[in-house]
Amino acid sequence: MLAYSLENFLLVSGVLFCLGIFTVLTRRNTVAIIMGIELILNAAGLNFVAFSRFVQTQNHISGHVFTLFIIVISAAEIVIALAIVLSLYSTKKTIHVEDFDELKW
Amino acid sequence: MKNFAFNVFVIITLIPSFWVALSSNIVHAAFSLFFTFFGVAGLYVLLGADFLGVLQVLVYISGILVLIIFGVMMTQRAQMEHISTRLPGRFAGAVLSVLVFGGFMVAVYKTAWPKLTELPEPVPTTSEIGNLLLGKYLIPFEVASVLLLAVLVGAALIVRQSVRKE
Repeated sequence: MLAYSLENFLLVSGVLFCLGIFTVLTRRNTVAIIMGIELILNAAGLNFVAFSRFVQTQNHISGHVFTLFIIVISAAEIVIALAIVLSLYSTKKTIHVEDFDELKW
Repeated sequence: MKNFAFNVFVIITLIPSFWVALSSNIVHAAFSLFFTFFGVAGLYVLLGADFLGVLQVLVYISGILVLIIFGVMMTQRAQMEHISTRLPGRFAGAVLSVLVFGGFMVAVYKTAWPKLTELPEPVPTTSEIGNLLLGKYLIPFEVASVLLLAVLVGAALIVRQSVRKE
């Protein structure tokens, strides 16, 4: 049983972050890489809220506002990423990352 | 009781996220992302962030997850098999992420956090977040709204060019 404490929240978000890193590093499917990025952003947001709950701060709501901005950024990022993926898919008929190498010198 | 709820939400969060990272079927990965987002929403509520918990359900589950599942379905015809790299690459990725995790754990347990000795009772946060967004954080708030407008225009532009080319 994990106790309700700051360290355990950081542990959970660390596991989430590392699974996100693993997903980004090992997937070939572009949409699966986007899922890994979402895991990473969720871990970051969880950290902000956990710190604003357990740590002495001037205003204990500030961490919530930062998480709010993370949610906004991740929504923006996912929309653009999927637009690019769909556009690439309609021209190249593939979504494997190693096939997108036009900019590689 | 709090510990029990915390453990339940940790299980709901972490087991599906392993599935997201390891499943060889991308549709399964997309649907297990649902449970991960839901578990994180539960953790937000446990931390006293009621507004963020609701926002997580609204934005992530009903917005982002639907978009991801659309993306998966619309690229269905691309090869579904081999969504991960071969075994050596996966091994290197696992080693790297375990190293990063070890570094995190050292940092978390070695640091003396200035913790609160007594946790305050959770209070409703929505009005306070509203005050901060229209006061201290007004400029980031406006920049975020401009960003969302730019994203809206940019996404339409990117997709429209590729449609027009066909």
